[in-house]
Amino acid sequence: MAEKKHVVIDPITRIEGHLRIEIDVKDGKIENSWSSGTLWRGIEPILQGRDIRDAGLLVQRICGVCTWAHYEANTMSAEVALGIRPPTNARLVRNMINASQFMHDHIVHFYALHSLDWADVAGALKADPVRANELAHQFSKQPYNASVEHYKEVIEKLKKFVASGQLGPFSGAYLGNKLYKLPPEGDLIVISHYLDALYVQVILAQMMAIYGAKNPHPQSLVVGGITSVMDMLDARRLGQYTSKLAEVGNFIQHAYLPDIDLITHFYKDEFSEGWGCGSYNFLSYGGFPETNDWKAEYRYLPQGVIYDRDLSRVEKVDERHITESVVHSWYKGPNKGVYPGEEDTIPEYTGLNDDGTLKKDGKYSWIKAPRYKGKMMEVGPLSRMLVGYALNHNNIRELVDAYLSKHNAEPRQMFSTVGRTAARAIETFYIWYGAHKWADDLVANLKQGDERTWTRFEYPEEETNTSVALYEAPRGSLAHFVRIKGKKVTHYQVVVPSTWNASPRDEKGQRGAYEESLIGLPVPDTEEPLEVLRTIHSFDPCLACAVHITDVDSGKIKKFKVEV
Amino acid sequence: MTSSKDLQGYYESLLKEVDEKLNDLYSKETEEEFNQKLKENGFSRRDFLKWASFLTATLMLPPAFESRIAKAAAIKERTPIIWLHMAECTGCSESFLRTREPDIATLIFEQVSLTYHDTLMMASGERVEKHLDEAIQRYKGKYICIIEGAIPTKDGGIYLRVGSKGETGLERAKRVTKDAKVNLAFGTCAAFGGVQAAHPNPTGAKGVHDALGIEIVNVPGCPPNSVNMVGTLLHILLFDKIPPLDLLYRPLWAYGSRIHDYCERRAHFDAGEFVEEWGDEGAKKGWCLYKMGCKGPLTYNNCSRYRFNQGTNWPIGAGHGCIGCSEPNFWDTMAPFEEPNDESGIRIPASKGVEAASDEIGSFLAGATAAAVGIHAAGSIIRAKASKTSQKESE
Repeated sequence: MAEKKHVVIDPITRIEGHLRIEIDVKDGKIENSWSSGTLWRGIEPILQGRDIRDAGLLVQRICGVCTWAHYEANTMSAEVALGIRPPTNARLVRNMINASQFMHDHIVHFYALHSLDWADVAGALKADPVRANELAHQFSKQPYNASVEHYKEVIEKLKKFVASGQLGPFSGAYLGNKLYKLPPEGDLIVISHYLDALYVQVILAQMMAIYGAKNPHPQSLVVGGITSVMDMLDARRLGQYTSKLAEVGNFIQHAYLPDIDLITHFYKDEFSEGWGCGSYNFLSYGGFPETNDWKAEYRYLPQGVIYDRDLSRVEKVDERHITESVVHSWYKGPNKGVYPGEEDTIPEYTGLNDDGTLKKDGKYSWIKAPRYKGKMMEVGPLSRMLVGYALNHNNIRELVDAYLSKHNAEPRQMFSTVGRTAARAIETFYIWYGAHKWADDLVANLKQGDERTWTRFEYPEEETNTSVALYEAPRGSLAHFVRIKGKKVTHYQVVVPSTWNASPRDEKGQRGAYEESLIGLPVPDTEEPLEVLRTIHSFDPCLACAVHITDVDSGKIKKFKVEV
Repeated sequence: MTSSKDLQGYYESLLKEVDEKLNDLYSKETEEEFNQKLKENGFSRRDFLKWASFLTATLMLPPAFESRIAKAAAIKERTPIIWLHMAECTGCSESFLRTREPDIATLIFEQVSLTYHDTLMMASGERVEKHLDEAIQRYKGKYICIIEGAIPTKDGGIYLRVGSKGETGLERAKRVTKDAKVNLAFGTCAAFGGVQAAHPNPTGAKGVHDALGIEIVNVPGCPPNSVNMVGTLLHILLFDKIPPLDLLYRPLWAYGSRIHDYCERRAHFDAGEFVEEWGDEGAKKGWCLYKMGCKGPLTYNNCSRYRFNQGTNWPIGAGHGCIGCSEPNFWDTMAPFEEPNDESGIRIPASKGVEAASDEIGSFLAGATAAAVGIHAAGSIIRAKASKTSQKESE
């Protein structure tokens, strides 16, 4: 019997923020795993006492990748507390900006941060351009930027790059690793799109800037509405938005989706064996309000909870069932999960072992352990597509079924790293479709003579109840909790997507989604933990989000204001 | 440090220096080789000259530099860059990725070698740690170190630990900056501490200069425009020299004037036409946002000239005031963002605008001049104050 080997993987690269993974490997397989956030920024004490109108801009700086998500979620939570809703125009423009955010995030994530887990640069170098062109046409009728000439150029470019000895981002790549399954021509197709995506993400950022001022960190959102009224009333701006939408749509349909089919085809064993999914429960709060009262059932992204992978039953979300545990996190706290509004968060750093490894029996992460009804949940595109599938929400089931039938696959196979990656691509197309609709709705509303972009409000003299906005960020479910008195923030609390997924163990020893999903995966060579990266990256980790916000307000919880 | 008065002298000597270097290195063969390289990458000589001229204008260099930039680009090897992430949100890396002049692929495949950048690089864990050590050794004194994010310094810096040995961000930053040719602080966090250093600064976060006491070039902004990051980087790559800096170590070409000086809504400020409420008639007409809290008069940056995302838009264009995100401690000194800063000393011109009766115009002009003087004075005070604070902390 082989010895058990303990491996520390730190830093995990190609993610947002600072993450460490530790694994026990026995007989070439992962036997146990731990996920640790290694940075704490302490933004929450900074928020105390700030002007509520400034909080959105400050909270936005939690993350420069999903750079719109915290800004909007914060603004919505303030609007709940103040008892107002923005006018129709503002809701639609927000959805249009958010759509550009989702597409940007998903495309950058897949190509810049994830595609090299599936495609091998070494393979691309020896690919045959003629066969690559044929292969590309097998997966798409009009493959994006595909021609024998183009593939030759990409190979030449890569060869020169390698010959220069300065490998840049490809340095230390796991070239030729056996866990890579694409044929060389498949590697080439994906890597050529890696380069194309560097251009497409610029277009998507411009799309956000049209109504959002800039990207990253847009600046046109205010409590009560939006400020970009001039842009909204300018027909040329809408023209810019829709023409960029068409350009991006071309990439989604002729590069991104076919690449996912290519990967699914060549990684079919991993897909059917369900590699890389240890989650049984899936949570989605719902996103993109379709009505001005933000009702959960009329959101473009669906709301619901799935238990035990049972797609025949979806439960409505009630945020009062959310708790967070700090038994294994570097904070002081009781030995049980606590409702976020009642939490009291004081850092208690207990350090690492002498050899630099995590103290696994004690505290080992800056990330807390959120649970829903005491259960570990996975959040993100996979959860949203599963909830949409189970609820038969809009046309999500058709989109997922179309993908599955192409690969003769069953719905249960979505519970895998391949499935998680495919769900993100399917969602990108779904959001792209939605963006057209909101642009049309905006035109229709403006035609009626409605030019309102802002709702006036009054500041509460008494402290408000704890108010919450349930929101979907590209990476998953996001909840902002706020209390306001006068103009000031008196309480702030955020439970972010990556806190759910990257969570350490809780008081019952239940692992988080990353930790659970790594169990059983093969690591034949511990110096090249490719399968670990593939699975961790498929969640689109955002550690900046996961560890930057925790609450320090210890005031007693008042009556709860529910927003669903 | 250079004041704007000395700029002309600086450019004259830079031009001389550059010409001497280029004479040594540049030949007809280099040019042919380079033209070939351009062709292989799908660029014409004309595209390239257009780029050189754009860059010259962006960096606010005298036109004489155009031909030198073209020559310098032709002879440059790819310079290694080690990019460290401290306490940050990755917005600066994201902004850097949005560059189109040149585009990011050309930049990282042709101009620089992004030797270490943990958001983009392929490998993880032990392999990259080894790679970082090797890169520092191999390129000792030759690499450019870029730092994104503030450095937590409280409690020995334990709020950020990286790598299998749990090295603190502070130790890592010290180790990597030590052997760099130039250290660049990209973004307000690396320059001045940024959001995590806002009151009460729970982790003792500091900008690189304050945390390490080393020489630095600050490129602040939350995040900075890619034009400012790439422009500063290219200036260093092409001329092997850091550009002239202001008192806060910011390149003068980008941070030498205020947002207000070149603002497209400036005429409305002078005419006394203001947005009074979000979405009002003034907002629809693009009037001045000063009364909605715009900090353009207090902020040194070039946003009003270049806008963001290839000129698509910018905060004031989108009807929101400037929040002063490239100034030190702006989260505390510029807040609340939706209200004018009472202590800034800025006076709104007392006028009914350009349609006022002709006999009033004289007094309007006098008012505007006084306001302009007031603004400049206020800006200078804030700058002097900020630089004092940063000096004090670094001692």
